[in-house]
Amino acid sequence: MTVLNDTSPTAPAVSGPRRERTRGGGLGRYVLIRFLLIFPTVFILVTLVFFLMRVVGNPITAAVGGRLTPAQLQERLHAAGYDRPIIVQYGEYLGQLARGDFGTTLTDHQKIIDILLTYGGATIELVFYALIVALIVGIPLGMLAAYVRDRWPDVILRVFAIFTYATPVFFAGLLLKLVFSVWLGWLPLGGRASTRIELALGGIPNPTGIYIIDALRTGNPTIITDVLAHAVMPALALGLITGGVFLRLVRTNVIGTLGADYIDAARSRGVSEIKLVRAHALKPALIPIITVMGLQIAMLLGGSVLTETTFGWRGLGFELQQYLSARDFVAVQGIVALLAVIVAVTNFIVDIVAAFIDPRVRY
Amino acid sequence: MTNVLAAAKDKRAPWYKRLPVVAQLRRSVGLQRGMLITGIVICLVFILTAIFAPLIAPFGFGQLRDDAGAFPRQAAPGGEHIWGTTVGGYDVFSRVVWGAQTAISVVIVAVILSVTIGVVLGLVSGYLGGWLDRVLVVIADAVYAFPSLLLAIVVSIVISGGQSSLLGGIVAAGISITVVFVPQYFRVVRAEAVRLKAEAFVESSKVVGSSTARIMFKHVLRNATRSLPLILTLNASEAILTLASLGFLGFGIGPTAAAEWGYDLNRALSDTASGIWWTGVFPGAAIVLLVLGVTLVGESLNDLADPRLRTRRRAKRRTAATTPLPAAATTEGAGA
Repeated sequence: MTVLNDTSPTAPAVSGPRRERTRGGGLGRYVLIRFLLIFPTVFILVTLVFFLMRVVGNPITAAVGGRLTPAQLQERLHAAGYDRPIIVQYGEYLGQLARGDFGTTLTDHQKIIDILLTYGGATIELVFYALIVALIVGIPLGMLAAYVRDRWPDVILRVFAIFTYATPVFFAGLLLKLVFSVWLGWLPLGGRASTRIELALGGIPNPTGIYIIDALRTGNPTIITDVLAHAVMPALALGLITGGVFLRLVRTNVIGTLGADYIDAARSRGVSEIKLVRAHALKPALIPIITVMGLQIAMLLGGSVLTETTFGWRGLGFELQQYLSARDFVAVQGIVALLAVIVAVTNFIVDIVAAFIDPRVRY
Repeated sequence: MTNVLAAAKDKRAPWYKRLPVVAQLRRSVGLQRGMLITGIVICLVFILTAIFAPLIAPFGFGQLRDDAGAFPRQAAPGGEHIWGTTVGGYDVFSRVVWGAQTAISVVIVAVILSVTIGVVLGLVSGYLGGWLDRVLVVIADAVYAFPSLLLAIVVSIVISGGQSSLLGGIVAAGISITVVFVPQYFRVVRAEAVRLKAEAFVESSKVVGSSTARIMFKHVLRNATRSLPLILTLNASEAILTLASLGFLGFGIGPTAAAEWGYDLNRALSDTASGIWWTGVFPGAAIVLLVLGVTLVGESLNDLADPRLRTRRRAKRRTAATTPLPAAATTEGAGA
């Protein structure tokens, strides 16, 4: 791989983040550099959030300012260290982060990292379901749209994609709730499982917090069905939006590859049309899709705040919303910083996967 | 030289035919033209609704009673309140109409701010280069990769501490969205500026003795903004969605300060359990329609700008029919 890379000056440039081809760029080197790049990214985001949050003043005044006398407020500020120079606070904050301490919430004195451990599983579960829905919807429909380009099925699919984009996830959720749980009564209105099932799942040894895994471990069909039934609407609401993005992406890229000479060559060899699209045209188109998928996972995390709030799905996003309405900005800052780390690591993993698939992606 | 320029100018279409959207409309054919026109019509309807909201809406957005007494709560659509009333007693139709005003104001604030900041930063960064360029690129990349909604939440906390008045709320929401969009404009304009600074016309203005600022804002800027109308429309639709999401999370504009669709949807969420659909469906449909309209315009502009995606079949037949070309050239044109 490395040899090929070094000796082929005509290798086409790879789309996506700026990547300059240098000498001796092997996979190992790429992984290392890409890994090191996580740190400045996280550092910048954390710094940005820290200083933005401090521009307003301090979290304590924001949370309880109106309810205390100036003297009391001053005492609280002093106790928390918010009266020191901002640069000292910043240094201390970075030190805490380096030790993996994202702070403690003001309102209920929980460690942010504990919130992650308790509710992270729920968010991962939701994002995973949504991603599956998005891929199932996006890839086949995108290929179809590319193949029948500019004819009526393509138009319908494109309108569908625009609609999924135009519908905010909470409105999609509201409509799904109205139709499937209120009018038809098929699916539960919200939550991750029925109260009884949730208690049962909490009682099993070493719960993962990812309900579907816990449910499968119990092997009880009632529990599994209940957990899955609760997941259908949140997964659809969040997944369809991303599915629309994938559809458009697959369509554009497959249209690009369908025009290539090797497609004509394959067609003249008698390769069936389905195989032509599925194998020959899709594979080269997958690389930009994987890169965008990384960005989309970040967007899914953002969208999960809305989805979790809509469906009362108790994950990180739901907690974030709770702290937002409680005006607990220490908690908000902590969760946002944590999400910054998660997003940076996710993007790293996606880029590595892309590098494994495509030997042209190297530093 | 001047004669040639003048001649070239004479040949160009009149200015109103060269405006961003109009020019593309003239170039489009078939389905793409249909999409573009649909989008433009939807946008126009919403803009008109926003402008004439005081005339269209039967009640104020914060109005809870009229001469006949207090409005009923959660009244079904029909009668005096054609789209019903909310749990708080607001008239749904009036709030949807007034909401158009809020949404469009925020979009205008957000787009103007982010275009200005993004373009200036991109130009300076791309043309001057150096350490400033490197720092700005790293920051823009970091911000770009972050979930935009979370960033908007943080910024809106900073600006308004959560709730605010009408003007304050519009500006706050606009700025929150701006922070998210600046990196996008920055990237596009910077890339163009980097490309353009190697061009001959930049070099010749240097030779003539133009100042750096003049080259940047006169020569490079003019040539770097071709793709902006496209990002602009796509961002406008995203601005509407971000505003609604902020409102949904309780960070928008309070119900007495202005009507905001996202806030109304948040309120409507608890209504669904009892089968009350009108409080959520109407503001939600308004969001979808407006975003749909703006996106249709943006998508069409995108397709028309990209030769791979532009529909050409019919346009080609027309040129082939009207201009008597040699047979070889015609077949070549049809095959391309």
